[in-house]
Amino acid sequence: MQPWPWYLSGFLIACTMLVLLLMGKKFGMSSNLKTFCSVCGAGKVSSFFQFDWKADRWNLLVVVGAMLGGFVAANFLSNGDIPAISEATKASLTSLHISSDNEYLPKELFSISALSDIKTILILVVGGILIGFGARYAGGCTSGHAISGLSNLQLPSLIAVIGFFIGGLIMIHVLFPLIF
Amino acid sequence: MKHLVYILIGFFFGVIMYKSEAASWFRIYEMFRFESFHMYGIIGTALAFGVLFVQIIKKYNIKSFDGKPIVILPKEKSFSRYIIGGIIFGLGWALAGACPGPIFVLVGAGYLPIIIVLLSAILGTFLYGLVKDKLPH
Repeated sequence: MQPWPWYLSGFLIACTMLVLLLMGKKFGMSSNLKTFCSVCGAGKVSSFFQFDWKADRWNLLVVVGAMLGGFVAANFLSNGDIPAISEATKASLTSLHISSDNEYLPKELFSISALSDIKTILILVVGGILIGFGARYAGGCTSGHAISGLSNLQLPSLIAVIGFFIGGLIMIHVLFPLIF
Repeated sequence: MKHLVYILIGFFFGVIMYKSEAASWFRIYEMFRFESFHMYGIIGTALAFGVLFVQIIKKYNIKSFDGKPIVILPKEKSFSRYIIGGIIFGLGWALAGACPGPIFVLVGAGYLPIIIVLLSAILGTFLYGLVKDKLPH
């Protein structure tokens, strides 16, 4: 029931990418969001979504698998405890009004009862929109740029990953104190 | 048969994301505070082996399982789209505490509010498609 150490996890993520390359595909999760748009008919309003999404059906199967994996890991391979984050991180949670006596995800944001607060919904909606918009603008997300792109030593991916960190640092250090 | 293989790859990826805690909001928050090596260790190890695997594929011209050459298309050259898009993505990654892979994993794990993040991410992708031509790339 213990979480996996970072070196095993990192190695297995690289193996995921390797197997997809050997299958003649590529490792990239956010492109599925574009596929969803195309499936739902977004091609009618923007040519960006007019592509042969059926050729990307394999990636939707990966998504189905990832959901199943999440289900099995959460229900049978884990007890849902809060990760063993550092004491300094725990101490800082107080200022966000998030308890350090928590679960795998903070219940202040990801429990059903938390949705009664409009602010929680706004955080989730704005976070999601930024993720979707930014990933497509940058041409990839963590899997496509930080893992696949950097593994191939691509400069565009390095620029994107630097962007990911600039954005993340601004959010946590500048905006979190204003939001929470 | 191939369908099942893709589902299996996704399945292992989902278990890895959950068990590595890379799908936990707390680990993302901690990472951006530089208070633990955990996430850097995961990304660093993945990259070290990733670079190694890609170099081996290129050096030995390794073919895919169906005998075709493995081509990794270079991304188009640009600075603005990667840095601006990257910053927007990073803001969302930190705010929601999850990137696209873990979002799917957490839906499966049963955290219903993450569905709001997923639907909003699809909406964000759609919005990008609408305004794409007006943005610097």
